[in-house]
Amino acid sequence: MSETKLIGNVSRRTILKGSAATTGAALIGGTFPMHFIKNAHAQTFRGDPGNAASVKLGFNVPQTGPYADEGADELRAYQLAVKHINGEGDGGMLNTIKPLELKGNGILGKKVEFVTGDTQTKSDAARASAKRMIEKDNVAMVTGGSSSGVAIAVQGLCQEMGVIFMAGLTHSNDTTGKDKKRYGFRHFFNAYMSGQAIAPVLLDEYGAERRAYHLTADYTWGWTQEESIKAATENIGWETVNTVRTPVGAGDFSQYITPVLNSGADVLILNHYGKDMVNSLTQAVQFGLRDKQVNGKNFEIVVPLYSRLMAQGAGEAAKGILGTTNWHWSLTDAGSQAFVKSFGQEYGFPPSQAAHTCYVQTLLYANACELAGTFAPWEVIKQLEGFEFDGAGNGPTLYRAEDHQCFKDVLVVRGKQEPQSNFDLLEVVKEVPRAQVEYPADMFGGELGPYKV
Amino acid sequence: MDAIFLQILNGLDKGGAYALIALGLTLVFGTLGVVNFAHGAIFMMGAFCAVTVEKLLTLSVKVKDESVTFFDAYKETPYLELWFGDTGTAIIDWSVPLSILLAIPVMLLIGIVMERSLIRYFYKRPHAEQILVTFGLAIVLQELVKAAFGANPIPQGAPDIVAGSAAVGAIFGLGEAVVYPWWRLIYLAFSLLTIGLVFSFLHFTTYGMVVRAGMADRETVELLGINIERRFTIVFGIAAVVAGLAGVMYTPVLPPDYHLGMDFLVLSFVVVVVGGMGSLPGAVAAGFLLGILQSFSSMTEVKDIFPGIDQIIIYLVAVVILLTRPRGLLGRRGVMES
Repeated sequence: MSETKLIGNVSRRTILKGSAATTGAALIGGTFPMHFIKNAHAQTFRGDPGNAASVKLGFNVPQTGPYADEGADELRAYQLAVKHINGEGDGGMLNTIKPLELKGNGILGKKVEFVTGDTQTKSDAARASAKRMIEKDNVAMVTGGSSSGVAIAVQGLCQEMGVIFMAGLTHSNDTTGKDKKRYGFRHFFNAYMSGQAIAPVLLDEYGAERRAYHLTADYTWGWTQEESIKAATENIGWETVNTVRTPVGAGDFSQYITPVLNSGADVLILNHYGKDMVNSLTQAVQFGLRDKQVNGKNFEIVVPLYSRLMAQGAGEAAKGILGTTNWHWSLTDAGSQAFVKSFGQEYGFPPSQAAHTCYVQTLLYANACELAGTFAPWEVIKQLEGFEFDGAGNGPTLYRAEDHQCFKDVLVVRGKQEPQSNFDLLEVVKEVPRAQVEYPADMFGGELGPYKV
Repeated sequence: MDAIFLQILNGLDKGGAYALIALGLTLVFGTLGVVNFAHGAIFMMGAFCAVTVEKLLTLSVKVKDESVTFFDAYKETPYLELWFGDTGTAIIDWSVPLSILLAIPVMLLIGIVMERSLIRYFYKRPHAEQILVTFGLAIVLQELVKAAFGANPIPQGAPDIVAGSAAVGAIFGLGEAVVYPWWRLIYLAFSLLTIGLVFSFLHFTTYGMVVRAGMADRETVELLGINIERRFTIVFGIAAVVAGLAGVMYTPVLPPDYHLGMDFLVLSFVVVVVGGMGSLPGAVAAGFLLGILQSFSSMTEVKDIFPGIDQIIIYLVAVVILLTRPRGLLGRRGVMES
């Protein structure tokens, strides 16, 4: 029997000969084969499209569960962004964001494709979905989410796996604070910014002599929002009467609302989002809080984080209620108009603030790859860190290098009393300039972690 | 004192909803021996009867908002308002109470169809299989509702005349700040009335007495030549109507979405278990008991002593009751026992 082991019909000797010949040919041709470069293996990274004609992105949004409508809107925005990056449609914000390297021919000449996942607004499901995208679909970037709990969980996973995470709708200070990660970036504003933006408006509208009662969703986002809004309102002279944590998805909030009646408070601040906010606001209005007079003043309700979809869910109860949003379709700047036009013509209705932030995040990632000239995440991260741009709907914006938080103008809005149409639910009360919502990078702690993992 | 009074009202109000759902569950379990995990979905479908009626009543003429150019935005004026003026507006305002008229036949039909086409094939199957099939049915129903109405909650208003709050404090000699929403008081009265009607039906009508006899000893009743199966089918329909009406009336309290049934399902099973499987008075008593306990445990004074107690109180009580009275508060011997 021969000593030579055969692989198929090819002997080991043949392979070694072939390998040597290839290396020799490469040397003669002037190119240096990779296996001769020291540490060459370190240059490989997850999601590398290699020589493929396309690159894949992972859109991880809630497709089932309570935020399914918001997730569907995020997905629409991602699909629109992909179209524009690939040179289809009218280009949307590709025509307005400055500076921008995107030419409408994909990213680095590769056509953009995508896979989608369902987060179910559950951290474990979201992580499993992101992991599948990274391991099975070889995505170069993961983006999405409609909850801070989910965003922080997926961001942690992406850091471990070395894939960039462009967060969707997440408002907790922790996302770019104590839980910030080198591989995570947030365009959306946060609870601290909401507090800084809304406090002066509250002072103008309701005065300095106010007593506030907080109802707060009992998880990371609720806690940080309560902390930020409490600090901001106490800064303008308001007193905090009580802060009460409510379970997420409580449904009936009556047992938390009735104590407000006798608390001596004249403002109720609802640190709730989504269905919780729709329910607590509806029920607070039913308990006659808005018809009450306390301490000689009209009782007021404030919803620090607002959205058009929530205003729609709360119906009549949302009218006249003040809050903040990241963006609104009625803005008239060139970037917002370009996006609303593209989105409106594609789908027949205006985009939500969640759709806006997801669309912008996708373009910013694509642009950073173009600037870096590679999909290698550590190089792309360096391009995103400290990137300054304009024309995306919120005025001049900075992606701060130290915590990966975007700094831009914030909107204070109010539920519209006399809507002109079915989408005309919020009116912009004030566009708060970026300078008013900025804060030191080390304020919320945290460590970004290494560039290479 | 004011706070305690309000929490009692809250508890009764919540308890009313729990009792209504648990009553239907117990009725089905007591008659058919089926553990029906689709009962929450029936509650949710009742709520969507109200949404459907509101959508029908507010069918509108759409006038395009010309100031919006990038998509079609409309100002909607309901036909009813155009045709009947203030009368039309009043009809729309009363859409939730009017929905009851639609919900009774629709829910009865849904209940009977559900029982005849699916549930009856599982009477003699193990409880685990009944749970699986009814839970699957619940998921199908909620996904159908989501496909038709979306995932976002859809607000439903109580009629204007009862949209505000009642000065209950003045009536009971308490502070002026003690107010309670009219609609919640109506809901409490409605749940008491419905519970009373169901009990009257079972105790004071021949039909009801036969059903109770069938619950106690099915074989003997059948030997007497009574078609007990048909009566049980009707009972399933009645349970669906009770849960459906509870759903309709709950819509102004909680804007309904497709997940409403699941939110109440686990809680209502705890109510049934605490009350005692198969015991109708037990289900009602446990519904009100757990509602009141949940309200009191949410008070700041209580939470200061036991942080987070409001989130676990229901399950804590269930554990204590099952340890001390394994058959529940008013449970009968032999139910779910081999």
